[in-house]
Amino acid sequence: MNAVAQQPLWIGAAAGFSGDRTDAGRPVVDTLLAHRGPAVLIFETLAERSLALAQLARAADPEAGYEPLLEEMLAPVLADCLAGGIRIVGNFGAANPRGAAQRVLALARELGARKPRLAVVSGDDLSGPEHHGLLAEALSKSLGEGNAGFAIAGAYVYLGAEGIAQALRGGADVVVTGRVADPSLTVGPAMAHHGWAADDWTRLARATMAGHLLECGAQVCGGYYADPGFKDVPGLAQLGYPIAAIDADGDCTIFKAEGTGGVVDEHTVKEQLLYELHDPGAYLTPDVVADISQARVEAVAPGHVRLSGVRGHARPATLKANVFHRHGWLAEGEISYAGPGAEARARLAAQVLRERLPGLEPLRVDLIGVASVLADDAGRLLAARPAGDADDVRLRLATRQRERRAAERLLREVTALYTCGPAGGGGVRTALRERLGIVSCLIPRERVPVRVEWLS
Amino acid sequence: MAVLSMPANTALTLPLRHLAHGRTGDKGDRSNISVIAWHPALYPLLVEQVTEAAVAALFAHRRPSHVQRFLLPNLQAMNIVLDAALDGGVNDSLNLDSHGKALSFLLLQLPVTVPREWLHLCRLPSIHPRP
Repeated sequence: MNAVAQQPLWIGAAAGFSGDRTDAGRPVVDTLLAHRGPAVLIFETLAERSLALAQLARAADPEAGYEPLLEEMLAPVLADCLAGGIRIVGNFGAANPRGAAQRVLALARELGARKPRLAVVSGDDLSGPEHHGLLAEALSKSLGEGNAGFAIAGAYVYLGAEGIAQALRGGADVVVTGRVADPSLTVGPAMAHHGWAADDWTRLARATMAGHLLECGAQVCGGYYADPGFKDVPGLAQLGYPIAAIDADGDCTIFKAEGTGGVVDEHTVKEQLLYELHDPGAYLTPDVVADISQARVEAVAPGHVRLSGVRGHARPATLKANVFHRHGWLAEGEISYAGPGAEARARLAAQVLRERLPGLEPLRVDLIGVASVLADDAGRLLAARPAGDADDVRLRLATRQRERRAAERLLREVTALYTCGPAGGGGVRTALRERLGIVSCLIPRERVPVRVEWLS
Repeated sequence: MAVLSMPANTALTLPLRHLAHGRTGDKGDRSNISVIAWHPALYPLLVEQVTEAAVAALFAHRRPSHVQRFLLPNLQAMNIVLDAALDGGVNDSLNLDSHGKALSFLLLQLPVTVPREWLHLCRLPSIHPRP
């Protein structure tokens, strides 16, 4: 191992989801440049269902299907990253990684930047007909025989870090992926930099949890955290994004970009560490099974928190795949009541709609301002709450239906409340959307070859 | 008002929000809510009172099929996992918040009894307003 590889690798996160702030990357890159050590910038832009939506976009336009904000996210930082040796890894390829890579090349040219060496990691897309046999086999195991007979709208398997590591070892300046496990965006660069083996479970697990802290962007820096009076966060409008310094053993120190708002302390780190976790002793990823049951979180300097004590176990033999299918229609309608008797009028309107829509099941009722998001679809919480005298209430009704025509009935009936419902109802809004369902299944790892392609 | 009741001179009952903070995550129809003590000394109180049974009662209208609590003493934290608590999750739920993101704030309403001498370890903004 040479001297450079002994240095901690700084990994900065510039996005935590598709639709994240596009000005987040600049302060992160400035901090990485000032550091002058080995550094990588990652973009995580793929939520569970963004890929299915991206695939629908590509079906409508073969050039589309990658992160729609790609240019807005990359343009402010690409030239400086290429000049300063900061490598970029992002899953912004979504359903069209080659298309995204071409766009990055074109963007570098437009910016007058050095021509990047671009790698595309693929193998995650199992949507094609050639994979249907494999999926049917896997689905019959997860759903039971005979239940897998729905039309597949798309299927993607979560790849691990190895393709990314291979691309970086091959000298990539920018690595574009589709579906990879979120922490693998961090594990890949750490593996390549520190020269870890693919079965170095302890180190991979530590880097995995560093990646878990980074993968939601600002969420570890005081984003999604503030609760005035209880959890005060300065500068939410200029929130900093995180950087993890990962040492040769995989342990990390996390902090945020210089000159930004937000806060990194033991509490923000613990909250993100446990985010979307099930058994803390077995966090399953394609790379490793990470175990944080003995982990420690400790502030080592103001704004700098160290994560240690993470353990690792051998990776699972299977990879998780999400299979998308068309799932009927979601119809929603809303109307507002305000002033004296508002709650009573909203409750009466709900009762009228139940009478007008017999057999339209399920039908959810929310009284926004009285009880809504904490309540349940069946209306048990709302039914248990005695009628009050709230004076600003928005009534919301929602249903899901296989058939579009059935769903549309709800929209018409909510609209008709204008003239036929209780007094003073206003601000009707209705929405009808097609829904995508997701079914998960497990695919034997050896059935999913990972490819690294080079673009020039 | 922060103080729910004062049963005796020696203890107070407060919403959990004064002793701990948390965040909700989701995977499919499963919700997980972290509960993290504001001070290490408060953690044993959480272990004693934020039980699977107490959480199940608070979330009864959600009809979770199973409530499981994982303890993380090194972090003075616990992870609470509620199965089948999201009306099908993002796929199927009719909730505006189909992820159940708001649910941590339902859990933070859980009443917890705190000995009076530990009150200074709690977050009490309504009693000691901050500038």
